[in-house]
Amino acid sequence: MLEVKDIVKQYAKHLALDHVSFTIKKGSIFGLLGPNGAGKTSLIRIINQITAPDHGEILFNGEALSEKHISRIGYLPEERGLYKKMLIGEQMLYLAQLKGLSKADATERIKHWFEKMEMETWWNKRVEDLSKGMQQKVQFVATVIHQPELIILDEPFTGFDPVNVDVIKNEIIDLNKKGATIIFSTHRMESVEELCDSIVLINKSKKILDGKVSEIKNAYRKHQYLIKYSNKGIQLKNPEGYELFQVLDTQEYEEGNKATIELLNGHHINDALAHLINQVQLQELIEIIPSIHDIFVKQVKEN
Amino acid sequence: MKKIFLIIKREYLSRVKKKSFLIITFLVPLLFLGMWGGVIALSIQDSGSSSTVYVIDNSNLIINDLKDTESLSFEKATRSANEEKSYLQENQFLLVIPENILESQKLDLLSSQKASIFVQGEISNQVDNILRKILLNNAGIDIQTLDSIQPKVKVTSLEITEQGEQESNAGVAMGIGMFASIMIYLTLFIYGAQVMRGVIEEKNNRVVEIIISSVKPFQLMLGKIVGIGLVGLTQFLLWIVLSGTLLTVGGLIMASQMPDAFSPEELSSISSSVPNSAAFAQQNSLLGDVQGTLAGIDFPYLISCFLIFFIGGYLLYSALFAAVGSAVDNETETQQFMLPITMPLLFTYVMSFGVLIKDPHGPLAFWLSMIPFTSPIAMMVRVPFGVPLWQLSLSIILLIAGFILTTWVASRIYRVGILMYGKKASYKELIKWFNYRK
Repeated sequence: MLEVKDIVKQYAKHLALDHVSFTIKKGSIFGLLGPNGAGKTSLIRIINQITAPDHGEILFNGEALSEKHISRIGYLPEERGLYKKMLIGEQMLYLAQLKGLSKADATERIKHWFEKMEMETWWNKRVEDLSKGMQQKVQFVATVIHQPELIILDEPFTGFDPVNVDVIKNEIIDLNKKGATIIFSTHRMESVEELCDSIVLINKSKKILDGKVSEIKNAYRKHQYLIKYSNKGIQLKNPEGYELFQVLDTQEYEEGNKATIELLNGHHINDALAHLINQVQLQELIEIIPSIHDIFVKQVKEN
Repeated sequence: MKKIFLIIKREYLSRVKKKSFLIITFLVPLLFLGMWGGVIALSIQDSGSSSTVYVIDNSNLIINDLKDTESLSFEKATRSANEEKSYLQENQFLLVIPENILESQKLDLLSSQKASIFVQGEISNQVDNILRKILLNNAGIDIQTLDSIQPKVKVTSLEITEQGEQESNAGVAMGIGMFASIMIYLTLFIYGAQVMRGVIEEKNNRVVEIIISSVKPFQLMLGKIVGIGLVGLTQFLLWIVLSGTLLTVGGLIMASQMPDAFSPEELSSISSSVPNSAAFAQQNSLLGDVQGTLAGIDFPYLISCFLIFFIGGYLLYSALFAAVGSAVDNETETQQFMLPITMPLLFTYVMSFGVLIKDPHGPLAFWLSMIPFTSPIAMMVRVPFGVPLWQLSLSIILLIAGFILTTWVASRIYRVGILMYGKKASYKELIKWFNYRK
């Protein structure tokens, strides 16, 4: 769907993007992650053709990005707003027509979305008469009104109230199911972890890592497990003669003990389980999987 | 192209639909009409209330020749001066003419309040005329012969043009030049500032990034400039049409209410009732001259020149205003960038009144009307005096080149500025933005 190839962007003395490359698959929900000032917005502006890269290129469905792609992208910027004095309906019509829709098509789509989002009565209202939550809904509809193939959402959930976050999350998932590719850009990695299937991590203008969320997590898994058992005061032990696992930590809690173990020498959890089942009465077993945030922090430290 | 049209349409309609636009559009012609009506009313009406002047003529030369006017009536006093004084009420005067009036030429006018200049003037005017007649008579000069000899030389200033010699009137040209330069000066500021405010509003609303993800920043800037320029032209057009209609209607109403207002007798009675009738007569003949010259003025030519220089100047300056708007977060920060925009306009404006209007063909006038930053105002001062075609064309060509240049420079600053939030820009910063690659 989108190939970012070796993009460099320099602002006077500040290097905003330093040879960044990655690929976004059609129909995926893609996370563009990184702390504030990493270069996410610069990259998004390049994809939206608001600015141009100094070096490198971007391919949209295999073609070099050009003006005809503008109508196929929907963009919700981090810095967003609407004309305060303009009627909502007229404003929608204007934004949709700027994206290349005919007036008739635009009117029909707006009606459809207004019904869907329960905004039918808003057509003749002004933005300044709406609550913040209502404005956010309008803003979201304006982003997707022209049925874009690629929807770019820059920090979509900051400033949205929790009820709207859910409404909009569901709409996004719905649009994705209908074939739209979604790019989430955020510095709050935990907020999109559950939604994204692939991510790229950017820090200080450079790409740190990218790939499928499941693969990345797999690669960073440490084979650690949290085990809860009801025998208070008993420590988990390895079988005599060989090392199955290492106990990292043991704590007492109300209904017994909980221990963190790490498997050793490529052993499977089933091996450990077969041994432990004779030792203690098991209550719960969970694999400790690193969050994207943990992985990011680890990567930044290592670099 | 279609997108620019959409932007122009929005910018235009959102302003034309505003109540303030309608109010200003209708208010200005009404103001013009009011001013015009006021001037006429003032010149026709005098103080309004009529006064009585009691006359004690110790010389017995004057009193019989004093004539009542609409606002002053003369009556012979029946009591002695001291008695009469104590009876004076409001709008009553006591005129005491001494025995030796012919030699002293001094009169006393007594009243309970200060006599108006109008009353004083009227009395001195009438007494002057009476004394003049007596003195001329005494000197043996026939008054009728004297009156019949009144040479009146009229200097007609003729301008040598391609169409032959044309009557020209420096006063009228001056008036039109001043008016045109004030209009250009004001409108450049009014509509330029609207462009700037529009840009700041979009930046403040944060709607700008959504718009420029659909159109190029240059398209947005150009759409806004053209849209607001059309608002200006619409306003001009409406002003011209409305003022014309109002003036015609107003004139008809006035004429129907005062059918004889401008009949010769009425005019002469007005002039005789005005203190300085000679000056009034002169004014009157000047008015006739003005009317004559106005009829000779090529209004389509003047209006076309005005429109060309308004449009050129507007395009040149509004691009700069747009760049300033993009560089700031709110209107209070615009001050530091406004100075270089205001200076050339203000300089030319001051110069037009001080120098250009007196010497419309001098070197300063020539150069100011060539430099694109000053030419819209300077040229409009000169046009009514007649400007050679080559100068006019050169000025227009330079103006077009000028606005292409400023639009190019402004758009390079604009495209970066609109995305810079919360950053206080300096001139150094603007130069940096200008040098950014896309």
